[in-house]
Amino acid sequence: MGRTLYEKIWDDHVIAGEGETPLLYVDLHLVHEVTSPQAFDGLRLNGRRVRRPERTLATADHNVPTDPLSVPVSDPVSRRQLEALEENCGEFGVTLFPRGHANQGIVHVIGPELGVSQPGTVIVCGDSHTSTHGALGALAFGIGTSEVEHVLATQTLVSQRAKTMAVTVTGRLRPGVSAKDLVLAIVARLGTGGGAGYVIEYRGEAIRALSVEGRMTVCNMSIEAGARAGLVGVDDATIDYLRGRPGVASGDAFEAQASAWRRFTSDDDAVFDAEVVLDATAIVPNVTWGTNPSQVVALDGVIPSSIDAEADMREAHERALAYMGLEAGTPVRDIAVDVVFIGSCTNSRIEDLRAAAEVAAGHHVSPHVRALVVPGSHRVKAQAEAEGLDRVFLAAGFEWREPGCSMCLGMNPDQLTPGQRSASTSNRNFEGRQGRGGRTHLVSPAVAAATAVAGRFAAPGDLS
Amino acid sequence: MKSVRVVEGRAVPLERADVDTDQIIPSEWLKRVERTGFGRGLFSEWRDDPGFVLNQAEYAGATILVAGPRFGTGSSREHAVWALMDHGFAAIVAPSFGDIFRNNSSKQGLVIVQLPSEDVEALTALVKNSPTLLVVIDVVNLEIEVPQANWRRPFVLDPSTQERLLNGWDDIGLTLRRDEEIAAFESHYAPPSWTGLVDA
Repeated sequence: MGRTLYEKIWDDHVIAGEGETPLLYVDLHLVHEVTSPQAFDGLRLNGRRVRRPERTLATADHNVPTDPLSVPVSDPVSRRQLEALEENCGEFGVTLFPRGHANQGIVHVIGPELGVSQPGTVIVCGDSHTSTHGALGALAFGIGTSEVEHVLATQTLVSQRAKTMAVTVTGRLRPGVSAKDLVLAIVARLGTGGGAGYVIEYRGEAIRALSVEGRMTVCNMSIEAGARAGLVGVDDATIDYLRGRPGVASGDAFEAQASAWRRFTSDDDAVFDAEVVLDATAIVPNVTWGTNPSQVVALDGVIPSSIDAEADMREAHERALAYMGLEAGTPVRDIAVDVVFIGSCTNSRIEDLRAAAEVAAGHHVSPHVRALVVPGSHRVKAQAEAEGLDRVFLAAGFEWREPGCSMCLGMNPDQLTPGQRSASTSNRNFEGRQGRGGRTHLVSPAVAAATAVAGRFAAPGDLS
Repeated sequence: MKSVRVVEGRAVPLERADVDTDQIIPSEWLKRVERTGFGRGLFSEWRDDPGFVLNQAEYAGATILVAGPRFGTGSSREHAVWALMDHGFAAIVAPSFGDIFRNNSSKQGLVIVQLPSEDVEALTALVKNSPTLLVVIDVVNLEIEVPQANWRRPFVLDPSTQERLLNGWDDIGLTLRRDEEIAAFESHYAPPSWTGLVDA
């Protein structure tokens, strides 16, 4: 019987003697300032070293300000955490891209763009959106700080084999429907716990037709359906994406590597433990209305009523409506927003910024809206500026900021104030996620840009 | 980590579904570089509400949290586990849990008891009616019991988690004992290289 992609990567990396707990060997350990200080402390307390510093790469992203780089980090607690990362990386010999470095950015943006996230590898990071790197055919998942310490000390993880789920998306997405709309539809279908215990492999014509960056958007939100990892098998698009990246070989050496990568797909006769099929042609631009990412409604729709919810979901539905300050039956397009955030590891790559800029061009942000564009990395920012996207955004009244996680989780000063409502291209609409009392609606970059202009939820086609 | 063989104490019913780790400990608390002191941040968005169950005098000092389905989904922050334990919780009972949260709990010795929804509802009803009831979680025999109510249910832990809880084993210490095995793997394994990555 054939093997799934997950099983191939697992088999390549598992270390398990007779009757022993399996260890999974880690090829790339990505580190950031928030979930690592206690892990480095643990190493120090026990007199341990980092086993493979050259397999470890660190950057500052979660609480860096997105102000101009000349402005110092004003929050002393954030500054202390950023300094701790620099001290720890220095002491343990780990390469660090600190604030302002040309390679710095959101950890899940820089891994792929630097070409260090490669097919068939095991990638971990103390961050649940590590699933993003699965778009390149890597087994990538988030871990807690104790596991960060374990990987630093041993280059392995104590691991149990996961179940496999195929999410097959047949047909093609219609024009104006993006990877974000697709993954919101998938999360709505599976629910926040539907993927628990599984590694998801995204398959089918619609996934093949996505760019690698679009696949990253999809894999990124696997965790919102409860799955620790999402995967897409290697194809021409994967290889074309990686060719020429700083972290990969060049010339013939790259092509040899690329042919070796082609085995990182599921075999035709591989069997998955579960399979879910979606019809891409039925997917429409989506918006979340509630306080978890499975609470999704069509942009063309109305806020759903708890009467239509499953019995055990009704109370949570009512709580979500109350928190969001919404009434069932309200058309989504009637809802005004205060803030628009374009950024995060879900949607801050060059294609996302192009999609938003195309909508924004020739328009202006509504006078009562604050709109932020936060590129995912310095490389994305430089590319966008080379294409003139910064000027498009600035002319349209958007803020053009320095890279980082920013308002996705509000650990830096980019936060909602209580009661403020956002249209956000990020991944979580949890209570308080973007700032205490803030109300988050997740959308695609194109819908975010149109909403910024209209001042209420809008599709690009709604703008005159 | 400390050995855990039994958790005995009073239980507090949370009665909310989809309590993600952002709710357990909001991100503003994640800037700390220490591993202690997170208890003050536990459920901090809800703690101002005098009606919130953790503010009820009859549940003060409870060591077992009875939660709704999909507890601990979302962010990988282990700070959620640190906050629950720093507050005084030693075990969480719920119908389902986020995978990363469950893993993080096992590293710290926070006991995860997954029960069918109807059992969690029954336990919730018991401790709502009598907040002083003693709840006993036996990690050796994998049973949860309310002796005064004559209520008892089995639960499942994967054998390696149970073994580590009972012995208080530290994963890193255990794995480092397998250093030769890891080195042997490395000797025949060609990891990907990214030598072209110039630290510009």
